[in-house]
Amino acid sequence: MAEPKTKYDRQLRIWGEQGQAALEKASICLLNCGPTGSETLKNLVLGGVGSITIVDGSKVEFGDLGNNFMVDDSSLGQSKAKCVCSFLQELNDAVKAKFIEEYPEALIDTNPSFFSQFTLVVATQLVEESMVKLDRICRQENVMLIFARSYGLTGLVRISVKEHTVIESKPDHFLDDLRLNNPWPELRGFAEAIDLNVQDPVAHKHIPYVVILVKMADEWKTSHGGTLPSTREQKREFKELLKARMAAMDEDNYKEAIDASFKLFAPQGIIAALKEFIANEGGGEVPLEGSIPDMTSSTEHYVNLQKIYQAKSEADYLVLEERVRNILKKIGRDPHSIPKATIKSFSKNARKLKVCRYRSIEDEYNNPSPAELQKYLTDEDYSIAVGFYILLRAVDRYAANFNHFPGQFVGGLDEDISRLKTTAVSLLNDLGCSGLTLTEDLINEMCRFGAAELHAVAAIIGGIASQEVIKLITKQFVPMTGTFAFNAIDHKSQLLNLC
Amino acid sequence: MADAAPPSKSRDLDKLLLRPGNLVGPTFDPGVQLRDDLQEYARVLVVGAGGLGCELLKDLALSGFKNLEVIDMDRIEVTNLNRQFLFRLEDVGKPKAEVAAKRVMERVSGVNIVPHFCRIEDKDIEFYNDFNIIALGLDSIEARSYINAVACSFLEYDSDDNPREETMKPMVDGGTEGFKGHARVIVPGVTPCFECTIWLFPPQVKFPLCTLAETPRNAAHCIEYAHLIKWDEVHSGQAFDPDNPDHMKWVYDEAVKRAELFGIPGVTYSLTQGVVKNIIPAIASTNAIISAACTLETLKIASGCSKTLSNYLTYNGVEGLHTKVTEFVKDKDCLVCGPGVLIELDTAVTLKKQFIDMLEEDPKVLMTKASITYHGKNLYMQAPPVLEEMTRSNLELPLYDLMDKTPKDVLHATGTINKDDKKSSGLRKLRVVFKGIDGVTDMDMAGGA
Repeated sequence: MAEPKTKYDRQLRIWGEQGQAALEKASICLLNCGPTGSETLKNLVLGGVGSITIVDGSKVEFGDLGNNFMVDDSSLGQSKAKCVCSFLQELNDAVKAKFIEEYPEALIDTNPSFFSQFTLVVATQLVEESMVKLDRICRQENVMLIFARSYGLTGLVRISVKEHTVIESKPDHFLDDLRLNNPWPELRGFAEAIDLNVQDPVAHKHIPYVVILVKMADEWKTSHGGTLPSTREQKREFKELLKARMAAMDEDNYKEAIDASFKLFAPQGIIAALKEFIANEGGGEVPLEGSIPDMTSSTEHYVNLQKIYQAKSEADYLVLEERVRNILKKIGRDPHSIPKATIKSFSKNARKLKVCRYRSIEDEYNNPSPAELQKYLTDEDYSIAVGFYILLRAVDRYAANFNHFPGQFVGGLDEDISRLKTTAVSLLNDLGCSGLTLTEDLINEMCRFGAAELHAVAAIIGGIASQEVIKLITKQFVPMTGTFAFNAIDHKSQLLNLC
Repeated sequence: MADAAPPSKSRDLDKLLLRPGNLVGPTFDPGVQLRDDLQEYARVLVVGAGGLGCELLKDLALSGFKNLEVIDMDRIEVTNLNRQFLFRLEDVGKPKAEVAAKRVMERVSGVNIVPHFCRIEDKDIEFYNDFNIIALGLDSIEARSYINAVACSFLEYDSDDNPREETMKPMVDGGTEGFKGHARVIVPGVTPCFECTIWLFPPQVKFPLCTLAETPRNAAHCIEYAHLIKWDEVHSGQAFDPDNPDHMKWVYDEAVKRAELFGIPGVTYSLTQGVVKNIIPAIASTNAIISAACTLETLKIASGCSKTLSNYLTYNGVEGLHTKVTEFVKDKDCLVCGPGVLIELDTAVTLKKQFIDMLEEDPKVLMTKASITYHGKNLYMQAPPVLEEMTRSNLELPLYDLMDKTPKDVLHATGTINKDDKKSSGLRKLRVVFKGIDGVTDMDMAGGA
């Protein structure tokens, strides 16, 4: 068996040991193991989830050999769940893999408590009616749920969780926490001890921009009644002042200061969760994050500057920790029930906390958002994606009426098209969009698809669903908020804000 | 209402290939013939058998393509196993292309995959011309640049400088990094090629030498000092091998010493590997998404069953999920996919003395040690020695004669490109036009009766 650390090296560099540990503790249930479900699970198995349970009552048919990598010629006639399970087990023997030969709809109807044992359920290729029922069950049992569907050249992914909090959102681009406009005593003292007008040219060009900006900000404040540059004119003037202090053209630290001057002007934000800290020790600020970006500087200055930021971050965290313990004591809970590591992470990530909330499927269907839908239907960039979202719901209604999907069988295509059109019109009515229509082309296209589950589409939907599962389980990075409507025609897929 | 037709293995794909539609490609001709032609005649090359390559082979095999080939020069490593799902622990050390081909053929009956365990440069240019579409699953700018140049070298322009459709070699290119990725369609002569949009790629992070040598501030600086400066000082003559664990350990130890000297925290073995090897974090899900998007485009180009991506898709799954399609425009002066570097020559110009040497100085070429081919024929090869000897006699001959006295035509030159102090192997298309021969077809006729 491979040394776990080495095998997972490339993903550990993304979510770290803690993220990996969370994955390895998770138990996932998959409903339906056609290509959509199988491809979703493949990515999770490779990533090292703790356990998987595949639920599918069907047998492998000839047509499955053309779209599902997890079955082969020898699987014909056997339980699809069994075959997929055995292939997935080969991919990673550290994962506990099980299967149940049962139709998901049957479990949903007759054994809802089955789902309570799982961390998360991946529900693929379910129709509306089953989605609503399963959603109710999972909300009740506090099990995370994600829906994934592939249908011809379209599909969707939709998370359903009451509330998901993210401490480590790890955004791509985030403003550093430098406090240039409001330096605390130690930072101010450090800056004061450095002379910007030092004669030695080497020393002059190795003063870090943090120090340059703190000092220049002070100079500005003195001559401007204690305020910082606010108008565009003033900001430009400030940059000119910086330029004037350059002793030579190659002074990277000054160039960095000019480029970073916007960090001086940026307004501060407040986060409710840290109200007490902010109102007291923070003096209006959240705990300091503590890291600083790289910048041209002598090693000595940089390391000392780093230590100053780290010390303040540590001090803020200790204050926060004390407040957390006191609050816990006050409400009668064990003051050490929240681990140090969590408080520390919370403290460092205070400006980046995220909360995601999702409506229940039932609520989304019974209380549609006509304004949003209308906006999407009349926007060229959204029209195909939202058109497909509506048509996916329409084909489920169609199937409930006629016991097959439009275009599912050869022949009678014209009749199917006209019936789908009627169904779509009635659905649009129910969604409060009676004045709007879907194009003939899109309706025809949906019938052409005939509920086909194409491997490449399933792989994309599966990839997206598995990525969201990883975010939900590791509680790192921010999961999608909204319903992802996939459009493989021109790839203008969209996140629809309907949930 | 049950289906009367016999069961089809491509039950789902049939819906797209056998049925007419409105949101389809301009040449779409649905029917059993299309499906069967795709299986029998379409040939796709997958470049790379790693994270993207494995997914591409599976996706293409399950999207109606039966004739595939794959090329990759690497062997399987343990760190591949978290996403390159065709490989198992016992495969570590074996060639990726061979194991990948074998695994997919085992599972999907009817598909034939020919593996090539070699570098992309080791293949003749004509090898690449054999395929209808080339799908790229590469991880470097250099490799993409190379394949792009090869594919674009097949492109021919007519006398009105319009690209000739039958010489267009479409490519689909995918790339991933962590939760981000891109997929693009390149049709030489129509869409921008890789070089036309090279500015899309951000410059690689390079630390200034003075930072490494004098003012290191973080762990990466200490590591690169050990790797790029100290190694040569101590091991002069011996090249640093990132795959040699002893070499890596040496760099790590030196980096730790330097970090201690400067009071810098954070040097770990993992970080050392990451910085020295420029490791890109990678997960299965992003590779799956991008490869499948590339496969869909390959299917659309080959069959016309839907409209194609026009022409660049970016994907970002860090915060929520964002996809964007941008339609980039071709650079008409592109040296690679454009009509070619126009070189006007005298008919007396010899292959070596004037032509090959001249390529070194021509600002639009700047190529040294050039090997020249003409419609697949080797005019002069710098290597291997046996070919060099065979073609050496051509050096003294007039280029005009070697080109069968064609007044204007395309040559391909491969060699070392020296641009911006960087040397890289490259291929250039040269449009040679011979001066002053209109009306005079050859010397004999002019001098004769």
